[in-house]
Order: sequence, then C-alpha cells, then structure tokens
Amino acid sequence: MQTPQIFSFHGGIHPEENKAQSLQLPLGRPRLPSELILPLGQHIGQSSRPLVKVGDHVLKGETIAINNGFLSSCLHAPTSGTITAIEERAIAHPSGLNDLCLILEPDGKEEWTTLNPLTEWQSNDKTDVLAYLAKMGIVGMGGAGFPTQVKLQGAHKNALKYFIVNAAECEPYITADDMLIREKTQELISGIEILQHLVNADQVVIGIEDNKPTAIASLNALLSEQNSPIQVAVVPTKYPSGGEKQLIQLLTGEEVPSGQYPADIGVLCQNVGTCVAVHDAIHYGKPLISRFTTLTGDALKAPQNVDVLLGTPVAHLLEYAESQHNNLHRLVMGGPMMGYTLDSAAVPIVKTSNCILAATKKELPPPAPEQACIRCGMCEQACPANLLPQQLLWFSKSQEHEKAEHYNLFDCIECGACSYVCPSSIPLVQYYRHTKSAIREAREANIKADLAKQRFEARKARQDAEAAEREAKRLARQKATPAKSTTSKAAPSPSKAAPTPAAPISDEAKKLKVDVVIGKTKLKKAQKLLLEAQENEHLEDIKTLQLQVTEQETQLALLEEQLSKLTPVAAPVQTTPSAQSKPAVNDELKKAKIDVALIGVKLKKLNKQLEETPDDQELKGKITNFEIDLKAAQATVDKLGSASTASTAPKAAISDDLKKLKIDTAIAKAAVKKVEKALQKAEEIQAPEVDAIRQQLKEAQQRADELEKALANPQSTDAKTVSTPAQNSPDADAEKKRKIDLAIAKAGIKKAEKNITLLKEQGKNDAEITASEWPKKLTEAQEKLAALEKESTPAITPKVEAAVPANADADKKRKIDLAIAKAGIKKAEKNIALLKEQGKNEAEITESEWPKKLAEAQEKLSALEATDGNTTQKATQELPESKTDSATNDLANKIKKQKIAAAKAQINKLTKRLDNEPEVADSIQQEIAATRQKQEDAEALLAQLTHSKETTQENH
Amino acid sequence: MALLRISSPHTQRAGHRTSWVMQMVILATLPGIAVQTWLFGWGTLINVMIASIAALLCEAAILSIRRRSVAFFLKDYSALLTAVLLGVALPPTVPWWVTVTAVSFAIIFAKQLYGGLGNNPFNPAMVGYAIVLVSFPVPMSQWLGVQSIVASGESLSFLQSLQAIFHHLPNIDGYTMATPLDGFKNKDLVDSATAFQTIEALQSASINSWLWVNMAYLVGGVGLLWLRIITWHTPVAVLGALLIMAGVFHLFDMSNTATPLFHLTTGAAMFGAFFIATDPVSSCTSNRGKLIYGAGIGILIYIIRTWGGYPDGVAFAVLLMNFSAPLIDYYTQPRTYGHKKAKKGLKIGEDN
Ligand code: SF4
Ligand code: SF4
Repeated sequence: MQTPQIFSFHGGIHPEENKAQSLQLPLGRPRLPSELILPLGQHIGQSSRPLVKVGDHVLKGETIAINNGFLSSCLHAPTSGTITAIEERAIAHPSGLNDLCLILEPDGKEEWTTLNPLTEWQSNDKTDVLAYLAKMGIVGMGGAGFPTQVKLQGAHKNALKYFIVNAAECEPYITADDMLIREKTQELISGIEILQHLVNADQVVIGIEDNKPTAIASLNALLSEQNSPIQVAVVPTKYPSGGEKQLIQLLTGEEVPSGQYPADIGVLCQNVGTCVAVHDAIHYGKPLISRFTTLTGDALKAPQNVDVLLGTPVAHLLEYAESQHNNLHRLVMGGPMMGYTLDSAAVPIVKTSNCILAATKKELPPPAPEQACIRCGMCEQACPANLLPQQLLWFSKSQEHEKAEHYNLFDCIECGACSYVCPSSIPLVQYYRHTKSAIREAREANIKADLAKQRFEARKARQDAEAAEREAKRLARQKATPAKSTTSKAAPSPSKAAPTPAAPISDEAKKLKVDVVIGKTKLKKAQKLLLEAQENEHLEDIKTLQLQVTEQETQLALLEEQLSKLTPVAAPVQTTPSAQSKPAVNDELKKAKIDVALIGVKLKKLNKQLEETPDDQELKGKITNFEIDLKAAQATVDKLGSASTASTAPKAAISDDLKKLKIDTAIAKAAVKKVEKALQKAEEIQAPEVDAIRQQLKEAQQRADELEKALANPQSTDAKTVSTPAQNSPDADAEKKRKIDLAIAKAGIKKAEKNITLLKEQGKNDAEITASEWPKKLTEAQEKLAALEKESTPAITPKVEAAVPANADADKKRKIDLAIAKAGIKKAEKNIALLKEQGKNEAEITESEWPKKLAEAQEKLSALEATDGNTTQKATQELPESKTDSATNDLANKIKKQKIAAAKAQINKLTKRLDNEPEVADSIQQEIAATRQKQEDAEALLAQLTHSKETTQENH
Repeated sequence: MALLRISSPHTQRAGHRTSWVMQMVILATLPGIAVQTWLFGWGTLINVMIASIAALLCEAAILSIRRRSVAFFLKDYSALLTAVLLGVALPPTVPWWVTVTAVSFAIIFAKQLYGGLGNNPFNPAMVGYAIVLVSFPVPMSQWLGVQSIVASGESLSFLQSLQAIFHHLPNIDGYTMATPLDGFKNKDLVDSATAFQTIEALQSASINSWLWVNMAYLVGGVGLLWLRIITWHTPVAVLGALLIMAGVFHLFDMSNTATPLFHLTTGAAMFGAFFIATDPVSSCTSNRGKLIYGAGIGILIYIIRTWGGYPDGVAFAVLLMNFSAPLIDYYTQPRTYGHKKAKKGLKIGEDN
C-alpha cells in the first residue's frame, strides 16, 4: 500500500477543532422516540411519493415512499409502527420551512420486514445494482443528499481516474464520520469495494484529516491485513479540506473546472457514511433508515455520537444528551462553519444530518457589529476558491451584479472561511448568498423577456404573412374580373389563374412548416439540455431551461395548429387542376397501400400480445380499432385503384360540388364564430340572453357539422382529391365544437371564481361565501368541464388518429382531474393566504377548514399522479402523445408561473422592506429565503410534471 | 429560551478584530519610535502625542457631523494609527501647527470626506505629509542630527523639544543637520566619493543613525508579517525595486550615484515599505497586484530621490501608486479555482 501524494489548496483556515468533546463517550443508541417525523424531501431533487395511507401499519425497513422521478429517492420506515399522519411539519432547512412529512408512531416491536440482500452483486448487471441502491434509498450522507445511484451513473461520463472517499470531516465539532470509521471499519471497506466494483476507477483513495489518528490507524490496519489496493491519504487539518472540490485538489492536484462536476475530470467522491450504507444495503438488505450523528456543544452535558433512526426529533436527542435548556443559545444543524440554525428542536434528523450543535452563548457568541471593510485581504488569503472576497463584498453592497459575476461570485462555495477571518466581522457569506439569488432572479427575468420578444416577433411574422395572403387574393380577384369580360380574347385557362392564389398560401404553409421544423429542433435541444441539467443537478439551470422548453412547446403547438389550418385550404387548390390529379391519385394509392401494410403489421403484433395476455380489454379494443382501420384503408386502396383508371371528367364535377359544399361550410363556420363572439360578450355583461344565444350557437354548429359531414362524404367516396390533411377537417371541426363547449365551461368557472374573490374582497367571511351560491356553481362548472373533456375526447379520438388507443382518453381524463385537484390546492392556498392577510392568527387558520382541504387536495393530487405514472407505463409503444404532452406542459407552465410570480412578488416586497428598514435585516433575509424556498418548491412541482412527460416519451 | 437565527458561519476568529489590527500596527512602530527618540530626542514622541490628540478630535468632530456613532468608530483605532504614522514621519522639531495641519487634513479630507475608514482612495497619512511638505518646506526639512556630530554636541532635552515645537528655540541651529539623503541630493557637482568624504551629513555617524532607524522599522515590519497582518508582497516589492533601480544605476555610473545599501537604509525606505505602502485600504488587493504596486513605489522612490525635487520620495511615490491601484487590481485578479486563467480588466460577459 503506497502512500499517495498530497497536494494543497489555496487559503483555508484553522478554527478551533472542538472535536474532543463528542468523542469522550462511546457511541450512543437513543431509545425510540414517541413519533418519527419523516420528511418526503430528504435529498436533492423531487420529493418522494408516499406509498402509505394514514393508519397503515408498516414494518421496519418497509418502503413508505418511492422515488418520484430521475433525481429522487426512496424512503423506508425506520421502525415498525403506524402511520398516524401525513402532514406539513417543520423540517431542518436553512429557511425554517415546513414540508410534507410522514408521521410514524413506533409500536416498539422493531419488527423487520423481509430483507432481500443482493448477494449476487458481483455477477449482477451493474444497472441492476444501481437500481437496487436506489430502491434502498441511499443518498449522499455528507452534504446535500444527492441520490447515490444518479451520482454513480454520472461517474461514467469520463474514464474514472479517482474514486475518492471523503473522510476528511473538516468542520469543527463534528466527529460522526470519525466514529463511523472506528466502529464500522470493515463495513466501510466492503462498501467501498462494492462501489469500486460499480465504477471501476483507476485509484481508490480515502482522504482523511490527520486529526483522526485512531480512525486512520484502524483503516490502515485493516487495509494492510486485507492487502487491499485502497489507499489512505492523510491530509493536514485545514478547513475546508472536506469540501468536495478542495479534497479533489488535495488528492489529485486537479481542479474541477468552474461550472462542471468532478465526473468531468474523472473523479467520483463519496462520503464514508454513504459507503457504509451501501454495504448494509447490499449485504444485509437494509435500507437507509439510520445514521451516525454528532450531538455536541456546551449546552449538552453528555455530548456524544449516536446511531439514530431517521426521523427522530432533535428534541429527543437533546434530552438524551442531557441538554441544559437554559444555556442553549444557538441550535445549529451541521457544523459551525456551514451549518444552519434551527428554530425549534421539533425538527427531525434526516439522511444528511451529521451534527447537532447545541451551543451556549459563550461558545458561539452573537456576531460582533459589522465594521467597514478595511481591505486587509485576510479574507482573500483564507478563500479556498481563490476569490477576492473584499471585491465581491464591494460589488454585492453596491449591487453591481455584473461585476460580481465577473469576479466569479458563482465559484464561491460559501464555506465561510472569509467571514471567519474578517476582522471587521462582516457577514460576507450572507452578502454573497443574497447577491447570488438576486442574480439568478435577474437571469430568469431576462430569459422571460427574451421569450416574450420571440413570441412577439413570431406573431408579427404571422400577421405579415396573413396580410400578404389577403393582398394576393385581392390581386387574384382583380385579375379574374378582366379575364371574364374579355372572353373573346384567347381565354386564359383557369388552371393558370388558380395557382396564383395558391402560391402565397403554399408559400406560407412552407414557411410555417419550416418554422415548425425549427421549433421542433429547438425544442429537442432544450429538452436535451434540461435532461442534462437534471442529471447534473444544475439546479439553477433547470428552472430556466424548463421555462424555455415549455415556451418552445407552446409556440410549436401554435405553429402546428396554424399549419393544419392552412394545409386543408391549400390542398384543394393545389388539386383543382385536373392535370395534377393523376399523380396525386397515384401518390394517394401508394400511401394508402403503405397504410394497409402498416396497420396489418400492427395488428399482427397486437394479436401476438393478445395471445400472451388473453384478457387485456385494452388490447382487444385496440385490435378492433385496427381492424376497422385496415378495412377502411383497404377500401380506399380499392377505390383509388379503380379511380385512377377512370376518366378525369367526373372528378371535375365532383370537385365542383365539393367547392360549393366547402363554401357553405365556411359560411356556416363563420356564423358559428359570430354567435360565439356574441355569446362571449353576453357572458361578459351577464346578459339574460345568454341562453338564447347559446341555443343559436348550437344550431349553427349543428348546421356546420352537417355541412362538414356532407363535405366529408364526397371526399371519402371520391378520395382522389382528398389529401391526407384534408381528412383532418371534420375532426378539426368536432374539435372546435368541443373547444367551444370547453371555453364556455371555463368561462363559467372563471366567472364563478371571480365572483367568489369579489365576495371575499368585500369582506364577507368564508361562511357567507360558502352560503352564497357561487362555490356551488363553481364546482358544477368544474364538473361540467371535466365531463365535457371526457365526452368530447372519445368522440374525436378514433377519427383523428385511429391508432391512438383508448387509454389516451383515460390519460386525458386523469390529467383533467389532476388539473382540478391542482386548482383545488391553489384555491385552498389562496384562501389560507387571505385569512392570514386578514390578520387571523395561526390557530384560527388551522381551525378553519382550508388547511384540511389543502391537505386533502394534495393527497388527491399525489394519488392522481401515482396513477399517472402507472398508466403511462402501460402505454404502448405506438402511442404518440404529443397532444397530451402539451396539455401537461400548459398546465405545468400555468402552475409554475403563478406560484413563482407570487413568490417573486413577495421577495420583491421583502427586499423593498429590507431597504427601508435595515435594522430588521436578518429576519427579513430569512423571510426572503423562505419565500425563495417556496419558489423552488413550485419549480420542483414543475419538474415532477416534466418527469411524467419524460416517462411517456421513454415508453414510446 | 429564544434561539438565535443567523446564517453561517457561526464562529469567528477570536480577538482578531479591526481594532486589533490597528493596535498591532501601532505597536509595531514602537521600535522605530524608540530609536528615533534615542537618536533625536523627545520630539518624535511629542509629535505623536500632538498628532494623536488632533486626530481623535478631528475624527470625533466629523463623525458627529456625519451622525455616526463616535465611540464605535473611534474604537477602531484607525485615526490613531494615521496620527502615529504622521507623528513619526514628521521632523522631530516641526512646529505644532504643522503637525496639526497635516493630521487634520489627513483625517478630514483624505479619510472622512471620502466616506471614512475603508473608502479612502489615498493613504491619509501620506496626504497629510505631502500637504505640509509642499506648504511648509522650511520646517519640514529641519531634521536633527546625532549628538556626536551636531555643533552643540548633544541632543535636545525634553524641555528644549517642547520649546522648539510650541514656541521657538533660538539655538536650534546647533542641533539640526541635513539628513543623508538631503546631503547627497545637494552634493551638486561633486562626485559620490568626494561627497561621502566631505559632506557632513554623509559621514558614517549620520548614516549609521539612519541605518538604526531603518533597522528598527524593519523589526516592526517583520513583526507584522509574523502576525500575518501584512503579507510579504508589498514590502519585498518596494525594497526589491528600490534595490534593483539603485543597483543598476550604480553600475552604470559609479561616480555620481549612491550604493543600493545607502538607498535602502536611509530616509523612510523601511518605514515606507512596511508601514505606508502596506496600508490595505489604498493599496492593491491581490497578491500579484501588491507586487506590481510595491514595485511601482520602489521605482518611484528612486526616481524622485535621484531626479526629483525632494530628497525623499516615499510620500509622493505612495500617492502616485494609490492612483493606479484600482487599475492594477483590474488586471491582476487571481485565478479562481476551476478557471483556466485569471480574468483581466472589467469586460463584462467575457468568460474563461
Ligand atoms: S477580511 Fe473583512 S475587512 Fe478584511 S478585506 Fe476581507 S472583508 Fe475586508
Ligand atoms: S465563502 Fe466564498 S468567498 Fe468566502 S472564503 Fe469561502 S469560497 Fe471564498
């Protein structure tokens, strides 16, 4: 075992270690608390999805929440007991946020569920092992809680040179890793070996600070006994040598390029706790349900390390370590350099809690008043990132964000070394955090503005094109009139006149098509970036990219809609000249034949599937659909075949009829539109004639429908003139009708909502509001909407794309339900906010029915989302879901926008207040952080939605 | 039990406050003050006292006009440090009003009007010094000599010093003498070798007295380095540049220039390098910047001493480099972790 070379990093500090206190006593094992609080978001990424209901009995180690997407993790019951609640609780978070938690009341029996160790991990496929680790809920236990399987997957990006096990534990006070190494040396080594087997790095190095001689000795002893190739690199004690980037520099001499990840230079870092957890999972089948945590600080009489179940409230541990409540002045989760203060001891231990520091006033005195920066440069000498903290401070204070970025503010790792040494007691890190978030916000706003500009330009281009089209038509009409009056002269053939109006349309269509293609590639690119960002945990980027993707998608949808509107118009014009009809027919024939072949193949496949699963109702339905299709396609082929041999004369006649019909249809449609407009207006002014107009509308629609049908019939009997897009027109019509109905229903909802808010503004209390008829109306309208969506969908589905299986319907319905549930949540949240604004205190709010409703709605939402996941998995390969996708995205977009906007407004308000009242800066800062967190939550939700979309795409 | 909520870090290096930094710098001047008192009598100490009182009064007055907490800011010792630096830089017998003018100018104009501690672009002590040097050239050039050479054969007693500063000492001429730099500057057309033999101020006793003074400040400066209050970059650059300039020109023209050693051990070379050029507020931030900044000062000191109008050039050299410090800062940003090369200038948007 050779000793590896140790490099050094710039700066660093030597704060008092204070590690001896917690190493006096042996490892403690607190008894079970009366309840365990298990937050669903213990890791970076999306929160887990609960699998249990209130009242369920669970066994120790049972999965109680599963991962909710790519960047997520599972959660297991730390002991056996009953789920007593699923509710918001205070969690350990810098901003003192609440989060959804599963509350588990232990039954004291500690009954294990059946454990399934992965004994064949060496021969198993590596992806299976990774999936197994994901199932065991393993996340990085040193810092942010990054899901381990994701990190391991990412490690394969480049050839892996180093696998570094981070045992540096540079923060003062913390000794959890030290204790873990001492207690579980064998497990640690075996965990490292498993991980090494998975990633296959050139070198495996354990980086450990020289202030842990006992741990180093036991590691060395065991490694030399086993003749292991794992190296132990003892680094000098200097904060922050345990920072990932710093440890990499210490052990490899290389720097992680700015904005990139260790994997990019072939390095993988894992915390010792994670390695032990991996060992426990693979060899014993134990999921991650407990961890080592240091309890320390002068306010504790018995500081020590404990092996504690996740979810144990901090208060329980403080009591265990004999805390003297009178002396407790500051309660820090994590170390004194990078930890954050806790509001209350009611928060639980989570997968990443490595230390609870209960400090007295003497131990961590309140910060001295801030003095002016004397530019002494001590911060600069201490900064491990080699920044110029004093310049960053200057730019942060003067809000020169660009300059701050130029001075690499975003390379600051917020280690706090600069604040520690600053003789003027300037809370530098706090300034940086504030500036960073301000910059992020500005970036996002920029992107939004860009998108708005793009949209504007696109609309302008569209309008220009429309104007050009009108102009062209006008010209054509002008030309046509003199042509008629001068028939004696060599009569210009109509085929010559025809192309003129066609040209601009097809031109526009072409342009639109190009636009669509461009939009699609853009979308693809954005999606790819988004995926990458999610993989690499570029949390900031995800937001903005998400925004881009959704924008792009809506734009694309718009373009496509336009295109589909255009093409049917263009198609008949193109086919009018009889000379062109023959090749068209041939083309059609070919296409139809291909269709037949395709459908046949699909049918065969489905039949085979049916043999395997004979009672799959869905499959059967699909097969019948296909069979009908096949027949229709065959009929088309036959017809086309005969038509192509027939003369061209009857075609012309038919096309004449067709023209007339089309004109009629257009007139009818215009009428429908007019009536619609009238209806809208009437609704706006709540005129009594609404119903009458509605009747009219229905009639008009019926007429239009009939005409369309008539139009569709000759088309199908005389398929030669009908190019594929033309077939869309009846469908489009039905869709329109449905859309109108939807719009009506939606308007109704909006009206009801408006009225409700109006009532609220008028100061009516909730009881009165509930008494008034509006909420009822609202629900009615919502129901109607849902019903409409439901009924309208099946009507079109078979027509639009016969291949779309019935479950697309179910999908849509579910999505609507989802939307409704979300709307419910929003409503409840709004109401709660309203109550708060009205000055009601928390107790009253809790008493009112809204929080309950909120919880209910959220539950429903999660349930729906669960089904969402299931059904999408069921979806077969040939299911093109672009439409539902865009629906999801619209939804996501809406939700995100509203939530984020609200959060932002609050942040702005707070920042303004901050400017006005600098003396309460601290509390406001925290509020800002809280709000920001909310905003992030909104984004997480969005990410969830996107994810469900991703899975659908993957299933194709 | 109300729990405190603040953001990390939760701990600070104990005892190392700004006031501590200032106090340490003041303490580091003590060897120099002691040697000056030993060689030139009580004048230096009296100057320091006058300057300190004037500085505290000015600071307090301005702070109360600016509605700042007087006690809080006086306790940072920065005004006192400025006063001490000025007190030792001024000639020991300079009339009291010169000291007061220099100090009040330094505190009021060079420091507080720019926004107080941390915001002054120029070194306040040197601004004050330059103002009185330009305004009152005669008293500013009257340095005392060592007792072994001056006419009276002794150094000023405490009472005589007081008299010289506050009133008028008729027989002051018996105690004063040109400094070695002054003497060398005014050697006119004589070549160096003759000058060192004939001119009184360039005799070994005089030169040695300044050697002692410089050594004392070197000791203080090393103490500051040891306490990590200053980094080695600035002083080494100042002295190195001065050494190289003096060495190169001495090689070219042995007969008319002084040796590098002479330049390093006379005048305010050490004092300037360790106590003036290292003033953090008005100097450069990054280590590379400090090297350039210090070298600039060293070069300018030599230029002013050799070709300029004043025998010593520390004050003007420092002030001139103060001007360029921001520019140097822009071009000497350190290479941040994870970046291939350091950023230059302030071009927004460019990245590497
Ligand atoms: S340590 Fe503090 S006072 Fe010194 S330069 Fe940095 S921010 Fe300014
Ligand atoms: S917090 Fe940022 S600026 Fe301060 S020392 Fe750490 S990395 Fe450097």
